[in-house]
Amino acid sequence: MPVYNQSRSRVIQLIFIAVFIVITAQLLNLQLFSSEYTIQAENNAIYRKVVYPDRGIIYDRKMRAILENTIMYDLMVTPNETRGSDTFTLCTILGIDTAEYRKRMVTAIIKNTSYKPSAFAPLVNQEIYARLNENMYKFPGFFLTERPVRTYPYSVAANVLGYVGEVDTTYLRKHKADGYQMGDYAGITGLESSYEKVLMGQRGVKRSIRDNKNRIQGSYENGAFDTAALAGRNLYSSMDVELQQLAEKLLGSKIGSAVAINPKTGGILAMATSPTYDPNMLTGSERRKNYGRLVLDTARPLLNRAIKGQYPPGSTFKPMGALVALDEGIITPAYGYPCGGAYYACGRPVKCEHHDAGHAASLRLALSHSCNSYFSNVFRMAIDNPAYKTPQEGYLKWKEYMNAFGLGVRLNIDLPSEDRGNIPDTSGYNRDFGGTHWNSCNILTLGIGQDRMLATPLQLANAMCFIANKGYYYTPHFVDSIENENIDDSVYLGKYRRKHQVTNISAEDFDAVQLAMLDVTLSGTAVGARIDGIDICAKTGTAQNPHGKNHSLFVAFAPKDNPRIAIAVVVENAGFGSTWAAPIASLMMEKYLNDTISAKRLPEVDRISKADLIPAAIKHWYAVKDSIKLAKLAKQIDADKAPTFENTIDNKKHTFDPEAEPNRKDDDNSDTGKAKSPAIKPSEKQLKKPSNKK
Amino acid sequence: MSNASHSSISKGVDWMVIWLYAILVFIGILCIFMVEYNPDKFTAASFFTFNTNYSKQLLFAGICVLLAIFILLSDSKLYTAFANLFYVFGIALMLATFVLGKDINGSKSWIPLGGGFNLQPAELCKIFTALALSKYLSQLDTDFSKTKSQVIAAAIAMSPAVLSVLQHEAGLALAYLSFFIVMYREGLPGAILVIGFSFGALVVATLLIEPNTLAIVLTLIAAGTVYFMRRQVRRNRNLLIIIIGVWVLCVGIQRFAVPYIFNNVFECYQSQRIYNAIGKDYDCSQNSTTQKEEANSKTVKKPDDYNVRQSKIAIGSGGILGKGFLKGTQTRGKYVPEQHTDFIFTSLGEAFGFVGCFIFLGLYLMLLLRIIFIAERQRSAFSRVYAYCIASILFFHITVNVCMTIGLFPIIGIPLPLISYGGSSLLTFTVLIFILVRLDADRQMVLR
Repeated sequence: MPVYNQSRSRVIQLIFIAVFIVITAQLLNLQLFSSEYTIQAENNAIYRKVVYPDRGIIYDRKMRAILENTIMYDLMVTPNETRGSDTFTLCTILGIDTAEYRKRMVTAIIKNTSYKPSAFAPLVNQEIYARLNENMYKFPGFFLTERPVRTYPYSVAANVLGYVGEVDTTYLRKHKADGYQMGDYAGITGLESSYEKVLMGQRGVKRSIRDNKNRIQGSYENGAFDTAALAGRNLYSSMDVELQQLAEKLLGSKIGSAVAINPKTGGILAMATSPTYDPNMLTGSERRKNYGRLVLDTARPLLNRAIKGQYPPGSTFKPMGALVALDEGIITPAYGYPCGGAYYACGRPVKCEHHDAGHAASLRLALSHSCNSYFSNVFRMAIDNPAYKTPQEGYLKWKEYMNAFGLGVRLNIDLPSEDRGNIPDTSGYNRDFGGTHWNSCNILTLGIGQDRMLATPLQLANAMCFIANKGYYYTPHFVDSIENENIDDSVYLGKYRRKHQVTNISAEDFDAVQLAMLDVTLSGTAVGARIDGIDICAKTGTAQNPHGKNHSLFVAFAPKDNPRIAIAVVVENAGFGSTWAAPIASLMMEKYLNDTISAKRLPEVDRISKADLIPAAIKHWYAVKDSIKLAKLAKQIDADKAPTFENTIDNKKHTFDPEAEPNRKDDDNSDTGKAKSPAIKPSEKQLKKPSNKK
Repeated sequence: MSNASHSSISKGVDWMVIWLYAILVFIGILCIFMVEYNPDKFTAASFFTFNTNYSKQLLFAGICVLLAIFILLSDSKLYTAFANLFYVFGIALMLATFVLGKDINGSKSWIPLGGGFNLQPAELCKIFTALALSKYLSQLDTDFSKTKSQVIAAAIAMSPAVLSVLQHEAGLALAYLSFFIVMYREGLPGAILVIGFSFGALVVATLLIEPNTLAIVLTLIAAGTVYFMRRQVRRNRNLLIIIIGVWVLCVGIQRFAVPYIFNNVFECYQSQRIYNAIGKDYDCSQNSTTQKEEANSKTVKKPDDYNVRQSKIAIGSGGILGKGFLKGTQTRGKYVPEQHTDFIFTSLGEAFGFVGCFIFLGLYLMLLLRIIFIAERQRSAFSRVYAYCIASILFFHITVNVCMTIGLFPIIGIPLPLISYGGSSLLTFTVLIFILVRLDADRQMVLR
C-alpha cells in the first residue's frame, strides 16, 4: 500500500520547492529590483538635521569686534506634555493672555504635531529668560533652547554691517545651489550680505535614527555619514569704530552722510549715514515690528546715503575741473580770470560769491575762494578745446576724465546696491537739444558741479583719495582681510588690492591743486576747519538742489604731505558747506589723526551733534505720526474703561495697527482729524487711572 | 545506567534534523534580540534577566531542550498507544477554553496558567491531531480509498479547526488545512486538491476581475467545454447537467457568495487585508459590521495596510547583503508592528538582505525535505503519516508567514516556526519535531 502512493511524495516535494521559488522571486523583487523600499526606509528612519555653524565675526582695524554672535533663547513647547503647566504664570511672564496662549498652542500642534517640540515664544529677551528659567519647574512640556543671534556691541554702522533675516522664496530661487532651506537665515544687506558665503561657514548634517513616534534613537551608523559644521570665517575690516561712533554722533538730527577713507589702502575708516538706527533692533524678538517701523520712516533710516545718496557735488567738484584743465594744457596754475561777481559769457549770468577784483587771479586764489566764474570759464575752455572738432567730442574727453576719477561709475565697494551717481551722457543732451545743437554754454554749470552731475559721498571721498595720492586710488572697501584667507577669496578681495591709475596727470598739476586746496583751510572758505599742526587740503561745497535749501558739502584730505585720511561729508539742506559739513569733517580728521579731540573743541562736538537740521517736511511727518499714536492711546484708555470684553480686544488690536498695517496710515490721518476734540476729553478724564496704577 | 540511557538516546537519532532545529532556534533568538536591542540599556547580563523577550525565549529554549531529552528518552510505543487519548484530551482542552478562556487581543483562545503564562490549546492540539490522524490512517482496517474513511480522517483533522474558528482564531484554524497534504499523500484523490486550488483561483479572480467580465469569461469557458465535448455530451446527457451545474456554481460563487462573505462574514479589516494581498483597496462602507457600528454612531477608522507596507519596506531596504547585524534602521525604529512575533522575518530580511533570507529559507527547505526523506524510510505507516503531518504543518506555517511579510498573502496571525517569539509555539514545534526524531530512531520497528 505505501508503494502505491510513492509518486505523491515527489509531488509534495515539488510543491514545497515551487513555493520556495515563488517566495525567493518575491524577495528578489523586493530586495534587489525595487529601490523604492530603500528610499522609503530612509525617509522613515533617518532624520537629517542641519547643524548651523557660528557666523563669522567682523572686527574693526584695532581688532575690536563690531559684529559678533550672542545667545538668545527660544521657549519651546511639546504640546502633549504640557499637562499641569502653570499657564497663568507663564502668560504673565510672557505678557500674553490665555486666548493667545491657546492660539500659539494650536499653531504649534498644526505645525509640528503634539509630539514634537516647536517654538512657543522665539527669541525671548534676557529679563524674560531669567524669569522663565527660575519658574521652569512649573511648566512641564516647556523648555528653553539656545539660539545664536547676531549682536552689534557698539550699536553703530547699521547700514554698513547690515543684518541677517529669514530667507524668502525669491532668495531661495536665486541661491538654489547654496543649500538654503526655508527658515534659514542669510545676510540681507551690508557686509552680512556681501560676504554671506564667508560668514556663514559650512553647514553640517547630522543623521540620526528615529523611531515610529519620531523620537531620536541615536546617531546613524555612528556618524559615518555626518558632516561637521565649519564655523564662518572672521572678517578684518578697516573701519575705526571710534571714528564711526563720532561720525554718527555728529550727524545726529541731520540728514546726510560722512565717508572717511585711508587713501593709502582704500580701506574705509568710517561710513556714517543719518538718520540711522540701532542695528540691535533687528536681531531680537521685536525684529519684525522694528523693521516695519524703519521701512515706513519717511526719513528712510534704512537707506545708506553714503553709497545711495546722490548729490550735486557743487564746488567740491572744482579741484577736479582744475585737474582736467591743467592736464589738457588749457591753463597753467598762473591762469587768472577777471571775475566781477558773476559769469556773463553765456547770457544768463552765473553768480559768484565774491566781487572783489583779483579773487580769481590765479588757480590757487580761484580755488581757495571757490570762484564760480573762473571754473565756468575753465570748463568751457575744456569743452571747446580746439584740439577737438566739436564741443561734443570735447565733452566726451572731459567725461572720460570724470569716469577715470570714479565719478559717474560704480566704484565696486563691498556693499550691495551702490549707486553710480551721474556724469551725463551726450545722448541725454542730444535728446533734449534735438541733436548736437548744444554747446559748452548749455552745460555750463557742470563745471561747478551742478547741472545734471550727481555723485555719492563715497565717490567724493574717493576723489579726495586720488588727489591726495597724486594720481591713483584703491577701490574703497571695508574688508581688508579674511581669516584663513585662501586663493578663492580673491573673488572678494582681489579687486581691492589693485591700484587704479587715474590717467596720466602729472605730479606738478596735483601739487598745484593741492596747494590751492591747502589755502582753502588757511585763508579760503573753510578756515574754521583748521586743525593745529596739520595741513588740511579741503574744498567746501554748497550745492543747489531741487529739494529745498542748499546741501552743505565738504571734502578734504590730510595731512597734505603724507595723506592718511580722505573725507567727504554731506549734510542735506543745511546751507553753506563751511557751516556744517566742514566742522564735522574737521572733527573727524582730528579724531583720527590725533586719536582724540582737543579739549577746546569738545564743546564744538556737542554743539554740532545737537544741531537739528532735519527739514520741516520730515519733522511734520513725525509730528503727525506721534499725534496718531497719542490719539490711539487716548482711545485705548477710553476702551479700557468700557465694561464689555469684546471692546477691549478690539481696541487692543487697534493700537498695534500702525506697525502692522502700513496701508492704513492715510485713513488714520483723517480719523484723528475728526476725532481730535473728543479724543482729548477722555484723556483728561483718565488722568486718574494711570496715576492709580503707580 | 546513565551510560546506557545516553547510548539509547543517540542511537538511530537523525542528527541532521536536530542540528537544523538547533540552528533555527538560535537564529530565532538572534532575531528577537535584534528587534529588542537597545544600545543604551543593553548589557551581557540582560540575556539572563528574563525580563526581555530574547531572554525569555532563551528560557523557553532551555525548557525545550529538557523536553526534547525527555521525549527522546520515552518509548515510541507510547505515542501510538495514547494517540487517541491525547486527541480526546486536546479536544476537551479546547472545549474547556470556552469556559476558562481569557480574552487576549480579541480572541478567546487562551487558558491562563498563572504566573503570567498562558496556554493556547489550539496550538497544542496540532500535536494531538497529528498523532490521532497518524493513528487512524495507519490502522490496518482503514481503507483510505473509501469515502467513509476519508470523511472520518477529515473530521479528525478539522474538528480542532472548527473549534478554533469559534474562538475567533481563524489563523490557527487555517493551519489545520495543512493536514490535507498528508491525506493527499495517503491516497486522497488528487481531484480534491485540484478542486481546492480551482476554488482558490476563482475567489482571487473574483476579487481581481470586474464581476460582469468574469461572468462572461466563465460562461465562455462553459460554452467552450460543451462545444469541445459535444460528442460525449450527446452520448451522455448527465455530462451536460454537470457542466451547467459547475457553471452555475462558479457564477454563484463569483456573483453572490464571495461578495456576501467579504461584506457580511468578514470584518472590515479582514477583507481589507485580503484585498491588500492582491494589491487592491477594499471599500469598507460595504461591510455590514462597519455599517452596524456606524449606525451606532461610532466612527470606524479605516484600516490601512500599514503593517504590510512597513514590513515590505523593512525587507526591501535590506538589499542584497542587508544592513548588518543590529544595524537595521526600521527594526531599531520599531516601524514594523509585532516584529518579534509574526513579523520576525522582517528583522532578518533587513539585517542580512537577500543572501541572508535565501540561506535562511534554504535551511527551512532542507529541514522539510529531510523530514519527507525520513517519512519515506519508515517501515510503519504511523511514523510515515506523522512525519508528513510535521512537514505539512511546518510548510504551511513558513509559507503563510513569509508570504504575508512580503505581501503575497493576507495578514494572518501565524508564527514563523522556531523563530517567532512565543513559548507555546516553540514548545509545540519542539514536541512535534522530537516525537518524529524519537519515532525515526525506531524506524525498524513496526508501530501500530
